[in-house]
Amino acid sequence: MKNLKIKLLPLLLFIAGNSFAQQTPAPEQTRPVTIVGATAHIGNGEIIENSVIIFENGKLTTVAEANSTSRNYPGTIIDAGGKHVYPGFIAPNSTLGLVEIDAVPQSDDEDELGEILPHVRSIIAYNAESQVVESMRANGVLIGQITPRGGRISGTSSIVQFDAWNWEDAVLKEDDGIHVNWPNSFRRGRWWRDEDPGIKINEDYQENVMQISDFFKDAKAYLAGPRDHKNLPFEAMENIFSGDQNVYIHADGEKEIIDILAFKKEQKLDDVVLVGGYDAYKIADQLKAGNVAVLVGRVHETPNLEDQDYDLPYKMAGLLNDKGILVGLETSGDMERMNSRNLPFYAGTVVAFGTDKEEALKMITSNTAKILGIDSTMGTLEAGKDATLFISEGDALDMRTNKLTKAYVQGRDISLESHQTELAKRYGDKVEQNKSN
Amino acid sequence: MRFKFLICILFSASLGLQAQEYFPKNDAVKAQDNTNYTVLKNAKIHVDPSTVIPNGMLAMKDGKITAVGKNIQIPANSVVVDLKGKDVYPSFIDLFTHFGIEKPEGNAGSPYSGNPQYDASREGYYWNDHIRPETSAVGNFKYSSSEAEELRKLGFGTVNTHTPDGIVRGTGMLVALNSEGTEGDRILDKESAQYLSFEKSAKSRQVYPSSIMGAMALLRQTYLDADWYARGNAKNKDLALEAFNENRDLVQIFKTENLLDELRADKVGDEVGVQYVILGSGKEFESLDAIKATNATYIIPLNFPKPFDIEDPYMASYASLGDMKEWNQAPANLKMMAEKGIPFVLTSWNSEKEFKENLLKAIEYGLAKETALAALTTRPAKIIGQENTLGTLKEGAWANFIITSGDYFDKETTLYENWVQGKKLVIEDMNVVNLAGTYDVQIDGDTYEMKISGEAAKPKAEVKIGNNKIGSKVTYNDNWLNLILSAPDTTKTEYTRLSARIPEDPKNFSGKAILGTGSETSFTAVRTSETSEDKDKEEKNEEHPEVVPVTFPNKAYGFETLPKQQDILFRNATVWTNEAEGILENADVLVKNGKIAAVGSNLRARGATVIDATGKHLTTGIVDEHSHIAASGVNEAGHNSSAEVKMEDVVDPDDIGIYRNLAGGVTTMQLLHGSANPIGGQSAILKMKWGGTPEDLILDNSPKFIKFALGENVKQANWDSNSRFPQTRMGVEQVFVDYLTRAKEYEKLKNSGQPYRKDIEMETIVEILNGERHITAHSYVQSEINMLLEVAERFGFKINTFTHILEGYKLADKMAERGTGGSTFSDWWAYKYEVKDAIPQNAAIMHNAGVTVAINSDDAEMSRRLNQEAAKSVKYGGISEEEAWKFVTLNPAKLLHIDDRVGSIKEGKDADLVLWTDHPLSVYAKPEKTLIEGIVYFDLDRDKELRQKIESQKNQLATQMLKAKNDGLKTQPVKDSKKEELHCDSLHLNY
Repeated sequence: MKNLKIKLLPLLLFIAGNSFAQQTPAPEQTRPVTIVGATAHIGNGEIIENSVIIFENGKLTTVAEANSTSRNYPGTIIDAGGKHVYPGFIAPNSTLGLVEIDAVPQSDDEDELGEILPHVRSIIAYNAESQVVESMRANGVLIGQITPRGGRISGTSSIVQFDAWNWEDAVLKEDDGIHVNWPNSFRRGRWWRDEDPGIKINEDYQENVMQISDFFKDAKAYLAGPRDHKNLPFEAMENIFSGDQNVYIHADGEKEIIDILAFKKEQKLDDVVLVGGYDAYKIADQLKAGNVAVLVGRVHETPNLEDQDYDLPYKMAGLLNDKGILVGLETSGDMERMNSRNLPFYAGTVVAFGTDKEEALKMITSNTAKILGIDSTMGTLEAGKDATLFISEGDALDMRTNKLTKAYVQGRDISLESHQTELAKRYGDKVEQNKSN
Repeated sequence: MRFKFLICILFSASLGLQAQEYFPKNDAVKAQDNTNYTVLKNAKIHVDPSTVIPNGMLAMKDGKITAVGKNIQIPANSVVVDLKGKDVYPSFIDLFTHFGIEKPEGNAGSPYSGNPQYDASREGYYWNDHIRPETSAVGNFKYSSSEAEELRKLGFGTVNTHTPDGIVRGTGMLVALNSEGTEGDRILDKESAQYLSFEKSAKSRQVYPSSIMGAMALLRQTYLDADWYARGNAKNKDLALEAFNENRDLVQIFKTENLLDELRADKVGDEVGVQYVILGSGKEFESLDAIKATNATYIIPLNFPKPFDIEDPYMASYASLGDMKEWNQAPANLKMMAEKGIPFVLTSWNSEKEFKENLLKAIEYGLAKETALAALTTRPAKIIGQENTLGTLKEGAWANFIITSGDYFDKETTLYENWVQGKKLVIEDMNVVNLAGTYDVQIDGDTYEMKISGEAAKPKAEVKIGNNKIGSKVTYNDNWLNLILSAPDTTKTEYTRLSARIPEDPKNFSGKAILGTGSETSFTAVRTSETSEDKDKEEKNEEHPEVVPVTFPNKAYGFETLPKQQDILFRNATVWTNEAEGILENADVLVKNGKIAAVGSNLRARGATVIDATGKHLTTGIVDEHSHIAASGVNEAGHNSSAEVKMEDVVDPDDIGIYRNLAGGVTTMQLLHGSANPIGGQSAILKMKWGGTPEDLILDNSPKFIKFALGENVKQANWDSNSRFPQTRMGVEQVFVDYLTRAKEYEKLKNSGQPYRKDIEMETIVEILNGERHITAHSYVQSEINMLLEVAERFGFKINTFTHILEGYKLADKMAERGTGGSTFSDWWAYKYEVKDAIPQNAAIMHNAGVTVAINSDDAEMSRRLNQEAAKSVKYGGISEEEAWKFVTLNPAKLLHIDDRVGSIKEGKDADLVLWTDHPLSVYAKPEKTLIEGIVYFDLDRDKELRQKIESQKNQLATQMLKAKNDGLKTQPVKDSKKEELHCDSLHLNY
């Protein structure tokens, strides 16, 4: 009985605690908005110091020098002199909305049972009302690629924006790609089986790699046939081979990455994205030649090995970028969901360790949009694209100055409040009351 | 050969039995004692490491030496053995074995599989199952002739053996490896030493201690309890403590696992007034000064690390410089210890297979032969008080010696015989005739040329007829030579077999030949030359690989010599004083003798090194109020209170996290116990003195702190365990009330002058009650925070700091009212249920309410950019930059009661400074230099140089390793250098 109580308790508390819903999603844009005077960070490496940005019906219509256009600005005019405007930041390879509280298993929907699960789709489990998701927005993170975890092929991800009533409303691109967890060629000795804890060759590596390539071959063969007896995992591969979906391969080791390049060639895959890529800097030229983009693993990490440069995770994205590789930053890892709001500061750290500011900005905007295949509408401040952007009082890559005054998703003026700001207000007021008493 | 040896044992065993003079005898006549003398002559006798008789004699009788000298009287009833050209050494002594004792099988398993066991399993013994002083080696001992033979082959004659189980392991005994005698002959001392370790008994699942620091605290308490028991104060019988007291006069041998544990064992010993003899790790060279300062004698195993198998370059990339260096340097350890004057003896423990090889290697690396011999003979004998009977070849000593073909420490030398208590074990036949030479062999009308080479007892043959080489196989035992020759015509499967008894002078000999056809004939062999032109004999004069310098610490980014204090003038910096002066533009800061000497403008250098800090920011070093780096363990989870354990005991000064923290501007930290139990352990306050010893890192005169913890971790909500109180927040309160109440009563009794049992746990809690020890309480939700504030008030003390304190903003008023500080994360939340209301405005709201606020890391990654975390309070909470900066410097210094020394740039304070490339709260800033007390511990330029040095040194060592593998050395898999990063809830069960 005691046990049962213990197991039920967190669930009950969780349901009770979750009674606040997310901030109410903003209504459709009805009148034009003009932002004048801000430094516009286009997201493609360019800056317009004194800009005018106009958007209507959710789309950007003008992004230009302020003095290059007429003074008859339409709609709501926002004087943003001294401020900065950025395209909404994009968090790829994210589990936002799939787990609410890490240690509460009842709130965890990120990892399905099984090994080869391309048919498993993250989007339907995405909780648009997650309190963690809403906390992203005040830092400028407005878009995420919601990605399942676990297994050899975790499933299919989708791309959402962070101000929605439900997942159908949130979708920007449904089923954008599958996620493959490449096996490790080395493994650590299993001390609990009395093995030496040193590094060993993973004897199962080739077999595990084969499992992936066999599946790809089988799926291809199946799709070429009559398909009258449905196979759901094979069906889920259709858009992979047609080139409409990406293959995201998660791997860190040098040897593994070389094998992935061979796999890409062998399977004739156009759109392979390397996720993590800890050792990618060692073979950057090969990656460049193989036309593989990299979503670089979390910047705020300690180096994997004792001897490595203390700043290796800080400068890694820059090292790849310098080689001409298309680089985005991702946030997966320990406590990844709540930490994703620090994505802009990951880019800031990349700047501190050797990369130009606007280049680093691309790693969380236009580069990521290109990698995810949403660059026709997202990732830069360019006329014709979605008006998903925000105004910050200062440099948004620096926590010292990242202070949002406005944010828009597809032209909708979204709330920057959250469960957290509500609590802050309530108890901040308590402090003030006590002071005045 | 083996079979014969066994017969020999059986036969002599019956002889041995006669030795017991008062035993009746029924299987034969009793009057058959052998009272003859055995006399060795013409031998080079090594009486002890410094006394050699070149052409000496030694007489023995009844297993003991009766005379030794250049010329001694040979009694008439002597059997004389001529040892011309041979050396005689005392047999070796091994003080650390579990010879003849089976290691107890573990039934313990993980203490957390299933419900943990918190109480002892035994009755009538100490409250902790891992204290087993009553264990007697005699009780578990069974003489093993085969194990004895292995040890005797290495040269050992006497060993100390013990039961390798538990923290206090009971008595060991001294055994002569005399396989012909009885236990009555062999057991020289049934209680020769008491053994200890930090390892728990395999016989019990009792959880406590679950950490090294717990084991240290347990040992301290055991000594106290034993004293108390000895004074007759206990109401109960405790067989363990009785035994412990009886064992107190014995030599105390402490087994350790690594260098830090060696220092820890000695530290405990110093506190309880015992000088342990320490079983070392072979890594002593990495910290010679600290090892020397222990004043301990070390028992060193001869198990050098094997080279890594790095043929696969991808796998090689995992190897760390530190591990590679250890491989390169370890063979020089004994030499370095000897040079430093650190006394040591040697053991074959864990190194039986490579004992001789590694001993010779140590000598090749510079260990003096006399020292090596002393470490195997006279020194161990002295430790166990047997210097007159063992380890020496003087009159009255046991006739324990080895006979060798020459210098024992020479590679080519053969160990012929090992005598123990006058009984010999033949390892190689020393009377075998040396056949080496070239012979003409006549068989059935054919003449063969036969070349014999190699060791006398194991000759190799090469046979030719004309110019054709013929397949041959030779065996040679007891001067009988057997040789099989294949037919000269290699298409035939035919063999000729030769057999001959070799005469004393083998210049010619003959024997029987059985031809391939089966017909029998005879053969003759005539020696034509005494040499066999053996090419193999060419001395391989291999130099050992160059030993790379030891650094501090001995790994990547270590210092070759420890950095020194400098006088430095920082010129023209933006100086964040954290004082009333605020942020000064274009200011100078002068550092002298480790202190801040002046802050101002246009200061004179007065001989100081001038650093142009134009455009840069100079701040005081970051103080991390909550960290778990630089620790060998974090939690003692075996009890719901572990107030007796000390984080100072488990400081790991070699953690690369220290260097990385310096690179992030951190200079001071509180190393906190974890949050596995409501009353945790005592904190350590450290300065990040990279390259120092644990004692160097620990802040002098540290204020006393202890960790308390509330919430999910202490009620064990996140792992499967429900046998430990408390399981709810309600129970947590009662744990505090219980301990505090008992501590009050304890103090009352203590102050009354009546006898009391000194209890280090209670002593610690009494310090809390008296305001002498501050509390850092891990806490999350407001109910529990409210509770602890109220409990403290009830008992008349105050809570110094709530750490994490993620709902502190909900009752900041109550904290401010009571003068309690808050040390929090900047923006962590949603990782468990109790942090669902954590908000990034927490620090700001607490600050606005008047609470002293710090932002801490609890994390090896975040700690190296705490400046950014402080900046988040500007962003989320609207705090001024100057105040936010104090959140990671002055305020934590205040909370730690060290703000008189660190936390601001003020004349007289420690020169713990960071020179930043940019505004310190900016994401773009990085430390260019980090100083502690005027010593530059991190420098961006030095870091750059070191990166290249690490690479080239690793390449040098990798080449050495590849060569070692090619030379046939055994390798081991590459060790992974990723260190597990510790947090509050790291349990580390296998400490």
